[in-house]
Amino acid sequence: MRIKTWYTLVFIAIITLVAGWITLPTDVLNFNGAKDDFYVREGLDLQGGLQVVLEARPPEGQDVSGDALEGTRDTIDRRVNSLGVSEPVIQTRGDNQILVELPGVDDPEAAIEVLKATALLEIIDTNGQFPSLGSYVNTSLGPATDGVTAESEIQPDTSGPTYTTIVSGADLVDAYPTNDSLGSVVVGFELNSDGADKFFEFTSTHVGQPMAIVVDKQVINVATINQAISRSGVITGLNRQQVEDLALQLKSGALATPLEVVQSRTVGPTLGQDSIDKSIEAGLVGLGLVAIMMILYYRVPGAMSVVALLIYTAIVFALFKVIPVTLTLAGIAGFILSIGMAVDANVLIFSRLKEELRRGRSIRVAVEAGFDHAWPSIRDSNISTMITCAILYWFGQYVGASIIQGFALTLFIGVAASMFTAVVVTRNFMRILLDRSWFTNHWWLGVESTQQPEFASGD
Amino acid sequence: MLDLVGKRNLWFLLSALFLVPGFISLIFNGLELGIDFTGGTNWDLQFEQPVNTDEISQILDENGFGDNVVQLSDDNTVIIRMAEMKEGSPEKDAIESDFIDRFGQFEELSIVSVGPSAGQAIRDRAVLAVVLASVGILLYIAFAFRNTNNPLLYGFCAILAMLHDAFFVLGVFSILGWLADVEVDALFVTALLTVIGFSVHDSIVVFDRIRENLAARLAPTFDEIVNYSIVQTLVRSINTSLTVVLTLAALWLFGGETTRWFVFALLIGVVAGTYSSIFNAAQILVAWESGDIKRAATFWRRDRVAAPETGAAAHSR
Repeated sequence: MRIKTWYTLVFIAIITLVAGWITLPTDVLNFNGAKDDFYVREGLDLQGGLQVVLEARPPEGQDVSGDALEGTRDTIDRRVNSLGVSEPVIQTRGDNQILVELPGVDDPEAAIEVLKATALLEIIDTNGQFPSLGSYVNTSLGPATDGVTAESEIQPDTSGPTYTTIVSGADLVDAYPTNDSLGSVVVGFELNSDGADKFFEFTSTHVGQPMAIVVDKQVINVATINQAISRSGVITGLNRQQVEDLALQLKSGALATPLEVVQSRTVGPTLGQDSIDKSIEAGLVGLGLVAIMMILYYRVPGAMSVVALLIYTAIVFALFKVIPVTLTLAGIAGFILSIGMAVDANVLIFSRLKEELRRGRSIRVAVEAGFDHAWPSIRDSNISTMITCAILYWFGQYVGASIIQGFALTLFIGVAASMFTAVVVTRNFMRILLDRSWFTNHWWLGVESTQQPEFASGD
Repeated sequence: MLDLVGKRNLWFLLSALFLVPGFISLIFNGLELGIDFTGGTNWDLQFEQPVNTDEISQILDENGFGDNVVQLSDDNTVIIRMAEMKEGSPEKDAIESDFIDRFGQFEELSIVSVGPSAGQAIRDRAVLAVVLASVGILLYIAFAFRNTNNPLLYGFCAILAMLHDAFFVLGVFSILGWLADVEVDALFVTALLTVIGFSVHDSIVVFDRIRENLAARLAPTFDEIVNYSIVQTLVRSINTSLTVVLTLAALWLFGGETTRWFVFALLIGVVAGTYSSIFNAAQILVAWESGDIKRAATFWRRDRVAAPETGAAAHSR
């Protein structure tokens, strides 16, 4: 028993050290950059930036398929990369929406213009050359700079040759992954009659030569023409993933779905910094008040629980950095609230402990009974909170996204971690104290004298 | 020992007194829905020079946003609530240049725009989220208390206590909306769901004690066992809620403006949750088991269906 207690203590110490190490600022004790990936992700409301929900508004009579939405998402992804925003979030949401979060963007209006623009898909004649994937090219429909905005960090070079556009997205009817006669996966595509004529005219005279697929002036694929293609053709020589990606790309290029802004949030950086400072202050005051109350009321166990609470704070912050959790104002509120809930487990245990002592039990028996009897309440109540968190997380996906999800996630992590610190850590501390010969006075446990409760005699 | 169960009707009456003003306000005023639910734009700007809200309102009006509310805050900060103005739209550019012409440079602190259809979708989701949370918790409690006589009853009582807390918060915000134009937004729904979770959390602690004491046959009657359980957990309930209230109060006082009403909703919800866990949740259990509710139902039915159906009263017994 005693040996097990010490093992557990070593285990707690290791966890605390690791968590503390991760929690410390990234540049403290950063051996060989081991901590480079562990830093606090600040949400939009803290560091400022833009969040926008775009809704696909296809022309009358057309539906937005899931594939087309994925393709549009990829297009936006590429554009956002060209903006040089760190840690953007680009997610499809529901059937026809795309959520974009761009932290730290200082010109939201320009950014929205970039996002909203319809992707321009072109198949170009590369004059026998193989331009490298991802490079920007001039085409007969416009210079390479059309693919980016004036604010972009990457400004393509327009000095290269201008390639002739054979067909564009408007000529494309459909694209899909399929199998060719040999059974390998290929991208199949179909053109409208106008496009078919142009494409046949070009491919019949350029067999054996390359052509490139370009989206927003950026080369995404280069293929060699094997034979003349008219209304429909296939692109071979790609692995399954590439086939799926290219089919999506072509399909969304074919649809050229216009996007409409249905929701947007912009937060300036000053408001965010102000909020962080205030929340930290609030957190410290809250933690301090709880610590004072616990020590005054529960004395030694109270002090133990405050130590456990500090370990708890280190663990939760370390988890925020490792998972990583994007911290928002609501997330910080969730964390501060979870401090209160973490203490609740200890309040339950210690109240029980006092009761057992008053019933005349020895300290050792009372401590163990306190933990054992309080456990079902702690478990059941925390699980119900976690259920609520899960539903909140789901709800958050459809609303201000990261704002509410941040709250749900931090509260969930907090409640989960609190079960470890409040139960395992404090119990272990108490067990170690129980082995000290001087730890016999009930006063240490906040009980003045032994008294019998009314029902104890069983009347 | 404190006899809390014996005075249960008094506690129910007190709850009713707390809830009725909110209910009345909810019926007549509803809630002041924020742009998250109705669609629209919230625009916070900080000017370098002092500004005049009437003139700002007029500039908005001239640009086709007649339906606007402009408030002045500290340090020349202006909070504008208006119909949906899309980010990056020509209207926005026009208004901004008008502002600069009239008042000089400004910094855009934040702007939130929600389209009307998105608002409707959020509203639907919010209702669904509350319903789902209730069902999830009901099922979990029924599972956790499967060894008792009536597991569903425990879940049902927890849900009633939860509704008490949720409606208290809703009622207070309805009154605040009426008196002080306080709006409810998506964050409010978050607060409400958290209050729901916390409320059930509290009720479960008391139920758990009842479960334990029932198994130990600690007292001859159900009433006494419940009363004993409530008294045993009383200190814990108050202490826990005190720790949470302390942390929330710190957030409320020192935290930023953005989360102030969110924290306030949590704060009153937690206090209501503590009240309902002591004075409602387990007490409803007693009211049911001792037949109070059946008697009340019978009385009510007899009262309403006085003459035409004489068989009704006898039937329901």
